[in-house]
Amino acid sequence: MAMKRYSVFAIAREAMSYHMGWERAWRSPAPKRKYDAVIVGAGGHGLATAYYLGKNHGLTNVAIIEKGWLGGGNTGRNTTIIRSNYLQDPSAAIYEKARSLYETMSQDLNYNVMFSPRGLLMLGQTEHEVRGYKRTVYANNLQGVSTEWISPRRVKELVPIINIDGPRYPVLGALYQARGGTARHDAVAWGYARACSAMGMDVIQQCEVTGVRTEAGRVIGIDTTRGAIDCDKLGMVVAGHSSVLAEMAGFRLPIESLALQALVSEPIKPCMDVVVMANTVHGYMSQSDKGEMVIGGGTDGFNNYTQRGSFHHIEETVRALIETFPMISRLKMLRQWGGIVDMTGDRSPLISKTPVEGIFVNCGWGTGGFKAIPGSGWAMAELMARGASPLAEEFSMYRFREGKFIDESVAAGVAH
Amino acid sequence: MLILECPCCGVKAEETELTPGGEAHLKRCGPGSTDDEFDGYMFARANPRGVHFERWRHAYGCGKWFLAARCTATLEVFGTYPAQSKQPPAELQAKIKARRPGWEGWT
Amino acid sequence: MSTRLPKGGRLIDRTKPLSFSFNGKRMQGFEGDTLASALLGQNQMMVGRSFKYHRPRGLIASGAEEPNGLVGLGQGGRFEPNQRLTTTELFEGAVTASQNHWPSLDFDLGAINDRFARFLPGGFYYKTFMFPRFAWKHVFEPFIRQSAGLGRVPQARDEDRYEYAYAFADLVIVGGGIAGLAAALAAGRQGKRVWLIEQSAHWGGRAVVDGVQIEGLEASDWVKETVETLEGMENVTLRTRTMASGLYDHGYLLMYERVADHRPGDGRPRHRLWRMRAGHVITATGAIERPLSFAGNDIPGVMLAGAVRDYVVNWAVSPGDRTVIVTNNDDAYRTALALLDAGLVVPAIIDARPAATGALPAEARARGLRVIEGYGIGHVKGSKRVTGVSLCVQAGEGAELETIACDAVAMSGGWSPVVHLWSHCGGKLIWDEAQAMFRPDAKRPATGADGAAMVTAVGSANGILNAHEVLADAHRAAGGKGTAPGAVCGEESPMLPVWIMPQGAGPALRMKMWLDPQNDVKVSDVQLAAREGYESVEHTKRYTTLGMATDQGKISNINGLAVLSDALNRGIPETGTTTFRPPYTPISMGAIAGEARGGIFQPLRKTPMHDWHETHGAHWEPVGQWRRPYCFLRHGEGIHDAVNREIRNTRNAVGLLDASTLGKILVKGPDAGRFLDMLYTNMMSTLPVGKCRYGLMCNENGFLSDDGVVVRLSEDSWLCHTTTGGAERIHGWMEDWLQCEWWDWKVYTANLTEEYAQVAIAGPNARKLLEKLGGMDVSKEAFPAMEWREGTLGGVRARIYRISFSGELSYEVAVPASEGRAFWDALLAAGEEFGVMPYGTEAMHIMRAEKGFIMIGDETDGTVIPQDLNLQWAISKKKDDYLGKRAQERSFMASPERWKLVGLESLDGGVIPDGAYAVAEGHNANGQRNTQGRVTSTYFSPTLGKGIAMGLVKHGPDRMGEVLDFPVDNGKVVKARIVDPVFYDKEGEKQNV
Repeated sequence: MAMKRYSVFAIAREAMSYHMGWERAWRSPAPKRKYDAVIVGAGGHGLATAYYLGKNHGLTNVAIIEKGWLGGGNTGRNTTIIRSNYLQDPSAAIYEKARSLYETMSQDLNYNVMFSPRGLLMLGQTEHEVRGYKRTVYANNLQGVSTEWISPRRVKELVPIINIDGPRYPVLGALYQARGGTARHDAVAWGYARACSAMGMDVIQQCEVTGVRTEAGRVIGIDTTRGAIDCDKLGMVVAGHSSVLAEMAGFRLPIESLALQALVSEPIKPCMDVVVMANTVHGYMSQSDKGEMVIGGGTDGFNNYTQRGSFHHIEETVRALIETFPMISRLKMLRQWGGIVDMTGDRSPLISKTPVEGIFVNCGWGTGGFKAIPGSGWAMAELMARGASPLAEEFSMYRFREGKFIDESVAAGVAH
Repeated sequence: MLILECPCCGVKAEETELTPGGEAHLKRCGPGSTDDEFDGYMFARANPRGVHFERWRHAYGCGKWFLAARCTATLEVFGTYPAQSKQPPAELQAKIKARRPGWEGWT
Repeated sequence: MSTRLPKGGRLIDRTKPLSFSFNGKRMQGFEGDTLASALLGQNQMMVGRSFKYHRPRGLIASGAEEPNGLVGLGQGGRFEPNQRLTTTELFEGAVTASQNHWPSLDFDLGAINDRFARFLPGGFYYKTFMFPRFAWKHVFEPFIRQSAGLGRVPQARDEDRYEYAYAFADLVIVGGGIAGLAAALAAGRQGKRVWLIEQSAHWGGRAVVDGVQIEGLEASDWVKETVETLEGMENVTLRTRTMASGLYDHGYLLMYERVADHRPGDGRPRHRLWRMRAGHVITATGAIERPLSFAGNDIPGVMLAGAVRDYVVNWAVSPGDRTVIVTNNDDAYRTALALLDAGLVVPAIIDARPAATGALPAEARARGLRVIEGYGIGHVKGSKRVTGVSLCVQAGEGAELETIACDAVAMSGGWSPVVHLWSHCGGKLIWDEAQAMFRPDAKRPATGADGAAMVTAVGSANGILNAHEVLADAHRAAGGKGTAPGAVCGEESPMLPVWIMPQGAGPALRMKMWLDPQNDVKVSDVQLAAREGYESVEHTKRYTTLGMATDQGKISNINGLAVLSDALNRGIPETGTTTFRPPYTPISMGAIAGEARGGIFQPLRKTPMHDWHETHGAHWEPVGQWRRPYCFLRHGEGIHDAVNREIRNTRNAVGLLDASTLGKILVKGPDAGRFLDMLYTNMMSTLPVGKCRYGLMCNENGFLSDDGVVVRLSEDSWLCHTTTGGAERIHGWMEDWLQCEWWDWKVYTANLTEEYAQVAIAGPNARKLLEKLGGMDVSKEAFPAMEWREGTLGGVRARIYRISFSGELSYEVAVPASEGRAFWDALLAAGEEFGVMPYGTEAMHIMRAEKGFIMIGDETDGTVIPQDLNLQWAISKKKDDYLGKRAQERSFMASPERWKLVGLESLDGGVIPDGAYAVAEGHNANGQRNTQGRVTSTYFSPTLGKGIAMGLVKHGPDRMGEVLDFPVDNGKVVKARIVDPVFYDKEGEKQNV
């Protein structure tokens, strides 16, 4: 099942035959009757989990089940920001693990995911925010995450289109992670799917889970729209729909599903090489390789599964960004969209065992899941294969009962 | 962009007048409750894809909290009722059942 | 060449010529022109370059679906990139420039990409640019970014203004063609509040171009008459230049009115964004014509047949002298006839159908046109302009049978209803085999708050292309009584779906068939995606970028998914469409932000003394929506000097702090005491009338949420002070518990924050100052600490609290807000002899830190419980319950390992950097350095002449005197000793004088 390698030479070779010789990036098999492990959810996190089950733990009799098309959930509808400048140790550990895996992902997967460590700024616009970010810099340096606090002048040098003078919220400096950046979101899912398929795993799309079968408190399989599938281990990695799946398995999660929106402008020539987040005014922006300004804001506050949000959040975000980048007033919004994010009680994720033996859950990434994909998959695979993972340790769903929260809102209002 | 009718002042309130308050009818657990009970009260949420009972405050209106029954998959609003309700009114439950025959009912 | 015809043009006024420029060249058009028609009138067919291959691009369409005609428009603060030529009305002096080329439109170095197109198939970048690793960011990506990106970056600040507007209607009809007009007429006559909006400046849509007869009138006359009738109805509102950009849940319709785009700088807002709440929406948004996929269909001069007709009829512009028609349906014959009517040459009509038997082909034949049945275009000749087409058998592989010389091609692949608004909120589509189109499925509409349909599609937006039936459909949908207006229009024979031309085209031809001309996506790219397993339509879109251009696939999507379906050997409905998302066409960010920018970006809350601060050197600090003086700068003074001066003055003389922003919430009623006992960790019900008590509030999760002084005003009323940022939140929190949990308790609350101005008068001379103002006994004996008094102070009604946050003798005086400024002025005047000086928030912070008082937001961050701050004394042991109590019993909360509050002093007397962490031995399982504490507040204390800090340290209070290491910048380590957090006046002698 070895896959043909992608390279510039392969392209040149295929060009001679009008590109008729390219093979499928991933197979499209029918589900088998039984797998050692089934991952529900072929988004970034689910595929990464499967990939590391194979790569790190030699487990390849694995199916990844997807009710729609792979990468079609939040993996394909986020603003592609990658950073690890988190305050709390458990977060910094897993996001930095993820960020470092992004650095070599294109080469590891032989699929260009276009990771671009273009640098990321979080603006300090109140004294309170400045103090939170300075604290983060100190924490990061002890966590092995390279960040620094930079002056307003340096901010202006890095982002010439920014307005640092206010009037309402002058820029007082920024938390800068030079190796933060962006990647091509779809490519992450596609690259993992291709690698999983090449390892012999089955990526099964258009297959919805309709039930979870358990026996004596232990999982034995799932029912799907394409038949029953047995498994020893089940990983639930379904972002916005985690509660629905947990309900099938008979437990509740500390999760609420909310809509998060984003938008892009029409493309313009390059004008901003870094990612800028302005949390006081609630907006963040980067420029894609196509030239679109990619913009995100806050979440709607009510439970919602529609993948549509309320327009007033778009207004607030755009206002905030015009205040920060006055030139975008003359750009046009090309497209807006929404995704469903699952929010936990402390806004940090769950990578956890569950009340049902053999079922593991990976969810609750809230607004910040994309950046975590490889680290999340790494930790989840380790947890599923070995029963414990240092990266996942603190993200247990039982932490709420102990009052042991991982609260990132301490330093930054939002966690995109 | 929801519109919810505030049962207190009768205004058909636009979403920007309202602040959401999460799942309704949670039973408060104070001192004396077990860890599991308290955890359930604080964090476990039904979060259904479908009929949801939830809290709202007419924050930029009359200031009153109220409850709403709403479908999280279509955003259909079945009705609103006063915050001082132990459970959804019977007529509302009947209406929901009529609109969503598959609904498992109020528990 | 394309030219202005000597006569005709229903929309232009030849008596009003307008001049404009394109790439620096002066040009002429007429009032009523769009930029597109004006450019075509000047033989400017090529208007830009494509995104990926930088191929020459000409106009394809005449409306919102145009993918190629994008220019930079305007200059300076009115420059805007990517302005669509076809929807921009010409105005005098318009300055336009084409995009995405260097050095010029005609000669573009980027066109080298086109030479290598064979090596740059869809998604090629996923397969290469991976080695060496650093090269993506430093070499490949910058090159790609520079080559992509279309429009120029605006440089200057926007000179225009924008506004919001709100409206409500029973029915909003979107689209001012005959369907929309008929619907408005029917609904208007029933007395409904109706809005009818049209995105362009003109009513009538396509019917007026197509020569339809309605009610015995020319369509244009019927439209004129109908608009007049509607204008006469009070319940009907008509608006042109207004586009429905998106339909959101519960009937929220966003409408984008381009008020002054056609008269820039005339003083009106440029755009107005309407937030409409519609009881129901009728979409009469028409249909968009589809191109045909044949090789070279992207060469300038190849246009949609309907657009060619529009240019001739509406603006008297001929895209070419010799126009070949290529079609799979009857409608394109109307274009041939319109060209004939205008005296132009149509060398051939190439019809892919085996037989063209309808009335329109018959008329064309009768007028001497050559109709070639069962044929297609093999490929288009030319590079920057069409020079001819090769004729081939549609069922064949493209062998050239004949070349037909021409300078324009009018193509029609059928029509696609505009279903965007229908779909935005979840309305579903069905595939109509006969017309080869997705149209709204009336059984599965988007639903509103009541669960009923909130949208109805009518006319061609509903898949009905015959004018007579369109009118009937619209009339019926709007609930019209009686018979609908009738129309006479030619019958059309069935179209034939043609997705590629010719049917058997080989790979070489398919690599030249454009689906998405802006993004350069070709038939071969979609087929490649299918071959590689990108089977979902969303995968194909994302892999190839099909439909992701600024037109969002209006002309390309259906063709693309048909090609995909064919490649996968499955039905088109099985493939489905990508998701339709707002806006329908791009809307300006300026309009979205509206007026909320600059000074009124957010509401600004001002204390009664705000203006005084403004004129006395206030260095502002935003705190929520307030701005508070951080310090007051005197001439030539630095911030730190000012802060130190303010502190020294307060400690040695007297200082004034504007504390008006502090939250002040009145809690009153028979159960108010009981309620506050639940809200605060300490006992408030036992507070005697006349006294004050410091209180802590936790959230239900146990974490410290706010603090402040609680005042017992009377037997049944308490006044709760909150932090500045906490007032609204805490008031809402109180209401939440009162309304939703303890609704039988008799308590009411009122947020009085803005009712009072409040001033802290602190310092050794504070009493003297108040005594000088006179009116109240403020002596130590008559007015002890932690009590309050009411009276008249210096002639102003005042309530005085003897509380201190600075450690000095201190009185906080609340006066009615309306008298706040006068009182402030009186204090300054009276205090002059005592050395009075205002101080800001930073001085306040430092003075409280010198005293070891905690600050919400500094010592707390949402993860800190009162026990962490050694505030057990403020937690009542007698109470069974308070909010947060149960939470604090959880194992991690009760753990002795929690970090606790201590004071910190660096060994060298310097200021420990804010937020620094104290390290412990070793690393954790994830390789992170272990820590044992952190700095929560840190300042230079001018009082003590050294740095002081507070922090949270593991087992801290048990480790007094121990020295901790705080690694800071550049490998430096600050050593600091654990000390008592009270640095100044430990016995409290200063405040209790």
